[in-house]
Formats: sequence, C-alpha cells, structure tokens
Amino acid sequence: MKKINPHKTNFIRKVEEISGQNIGLCYQCGTCSGSCPNFAEADILPRQLMRRAQLGMKEDVLQSKIAWVCASCLSCTANCPRGIDIAKVMEAVRLLSLRENIDYVNPRELSQETIAKLPQIAMISSFRKHTA
Amino acid sequence: MKLSYLPGCTLKTKAQDLDLSTVAAMGALGVELEELPRWNCCGTVFSFADDDLMHQIAPVRNLVRAQEQGGEQLVTVCSFCFNTLKRANLLVKENSDKLDTLNTFMDEEEDYKGNVNVVHLLEVLRDEVGWEQIAGKVQNPLKDLKVAAYYGCTLHRPIEAAIEPPNKPEALNDLIKAIGATPVDFPDMTTCCGSYQAVANPEIVINRTREILTSARESGAEMIAVSCPLCECNLKENQKELGELRMPVIYFTQLLALALGVDSHLHQCEQNPADARPLLESKGLIDACSATYI
Repeated sequence: MKKINPHKTNFIRKVEEISGQNIGLCYQCGTCSGSCPNFAEADILPRQLMRRAQLGMKEDVLQSKIAWVCASCLSCTANCPRGIDIAKVMEAVRLLSLRENIDYVNPRELSQETIAKLPQIAMISSFRKHTA
Repeated sequence: MKLSYLPGCTLKTKAQDLDLSTVAAMGALGVELEELPRWNCCGTVFSFADDDLMHQIAPVRNLVRAQEQGGEQLVTVCSFCFNTLKRANLLVKENSDKLDTLNTFMDEEEDYKGNVNVVHLLEVLRDEVGWEQIAGKVQNPLKDLKVAAYYGCTLHRPIEAAIEPPNKPEALNDLIKAIGATPVDFPDMTTCCGSYQAVANPEIVINRTREILTSARESGAEMIAVSCPLCECNLKENQKELGELRMPVIYFTQLLALALGVDSHLHQCEQNPADARPLLESKGLIDACSATYI
C-alpha cells in the first residue's frame, strides 16, 4: 500500500502529482530566483513560491504572480542544484487555477494589433499556458 | 541527401522567410528537405504536466507521419517545434505505457514505434554537412560582419533536448564563422526573450528585448542571428518601443543563404527598425536595388 505522509496536505500532493516533482527537496538556495529573467515582474520569487508550496500555503501560492509571468524558459530547472524541475512546479501551480476554469488570458480581449503582429506560436503557447 | 522536414505553422505564414531560406540554403548544400505530406501543429509548447497525455498526441502524430515517410530523422528549424517534438519523442521512447495509450487512442494511424530522431537544422549542418563543407561552398563570404548568435531557450534547455552541451553554446557561432562572418559572444546568448508573454504581459518582452539588445550591442555585435520565429518577432517588433536601441535581427538561414549565393528571401521582411537590409547593403553584401520594400 502507498504510504501517505500525514504532513502533506492535499494541495501539496496535487502539486507533486501534476509536476512529478518532490518539492520537499528544495533547500531554499535561491538559484532559481537568481536565474529567473522575469522575477522583477512578480510579487514573490521562485524560491519563495517553492517555500510556500512546501508549507502547503495554497492561497498564497495560487494568488502569487510568479507562475503567471513565467515564460517556461527553464533557467530555474537547468540551474537547480537539487535537480527539481521548477518549471514543472510552475506549470502545476498554473494548472491548479486553470483546471478550476480560472483563465489568465481572454483570447476575445486581444487587440487586432496584437493578433496581426504576433506569430501563431505566440498565440497558441499563450493559450496553452494561460487558458483552461 | 534527403531528409524529412516539418516546417510548422509559423513558417507557412509569418515566418515564410525562415522556411524559404532554409529550403534554398539546404538545396545549395545538397540536402533535399522533403516536407511531411500531412503535418499538423505540434502544440507549440511541450506539456509539463505529468498527468496530461492528451497534449502529446499532436507532436506524436507528426512523428507517425515521419515514420510513414521512412526517414530516420525529422528536421525542424522552428525552435518551438524542435523542442516540443523532441521532448514528446523522448517521453514516449522512455515510457512504453504512455506510447501504448497514445497508439491505442490514434487507432486510425499506424503505431508509432519510436524510431524517429528529431533534429534541429543546426545539428544537420554540423553533423551531416559539416562546417568545412559549408565554408567550401560559400560564394559570398560575409566579411566584416559581426553577428551575435542568439540561441534562446529551447535549443539548450532542458539538457536532454539540447542540441549540444548547454553550458557551451557554439553551433550557431561555428556556422557564422563558416560563412565568413565574425561571431560575437554575448552574455544573453541563451536567456529568454519573454516568449509567449508577448500576449499577456508585453512589457516583460520589452524589458527582455532591451536587456538582450543592450548586451549584444555592448559586446560589439552589429546584428543578431536567431532560429526561433518568436524570438525574431519579439526582438524585432519591440525595437519600435526602444528608441535609439537598434539592432538588425535576421534568421541564421537567411545569412547562410546569402553566403551560399541563393535567395535569402530578405525581401519578405517588413519595413522595421530591425530590418537587416540597410546594414547588409552598407557592407556591400546585398545589392541595394534587390530589396523590394513591401
């Protein structure tokens, strides 16, 4: 039978299940924050998101901006000394909102200018990452 | 040499210059790129979620197409397609249960056996053609042109999908050298341009563009060569917001085509502060009257 760690809340289990990562491995070195190109656009750093996730702080995690300004560039993943695929944790955090049908982008609200300017790969990847 | 080729959606619309210059340049190098007869959108981004197999169908269906064509390699030049197809391929090669599920779901297709290798055009140029062979076929060496190679994210991350050791990006630098230009190293060769945040948070992409262009300029580059159509769009379009910070942006295949003396499809570019033509004209590398402004 699968052992269940009583200290892991359903939220932590869900993040780990979707991301396939053991978030408990993070020892808060901050290398992810140092390599993240978009941290300045968010309210908390990737390191802080990892800590809040470890502690099961669901509301703080889901309301933070960092996973939404993430561009999936994988700098955090490539540099993590604990081997955590942090980009997958970011994806799990996004999906926990998106799977409740809470979208970050509304395709209907995009300006004609944006649609004319950007290539398909920009649109499709944004919709894949930011809509349910 | 004949290789299966998947151009991808963007190369058939906004980035036709990338597609056409790729096919022209490879033709000049004796490599025929045989476009898959019925490819579909790869989904653009690889799904990171462990419980999401649905989004692997689109890339794997393209691998079935390549298998039907009989090729061992599937060549892509769009960095998004490359990363998505390569990672989906690795996922199903390593997880036979996931491959079985996908094969069962796509019951109208032949089963994917996992024997196709997804390669980026730079890998073909390096491994199948070779830098010396390329240098030998150059008709129009791009002398005195200082080019910063901008690799972006998806050619080097994650490590299992990288075209070369990620801590030492050099394939594009080697190509730039082979065609007679001077490659310029700069600190942001593999940092992110902001990618799809162009849709939801355009200010992020403007900030990323400012940093990348500044670091390329301070390193002495005169232009930036890219592989990814989204990097190209982000770095080009956002220069309109950045005043004096100007830097031409060009697909590496256009430089290659130009050096090989075949159509570089530069005339397909729109008029833009990042247009590469004025710089190339000033260096005497293109004929001023050959450029047709749209």
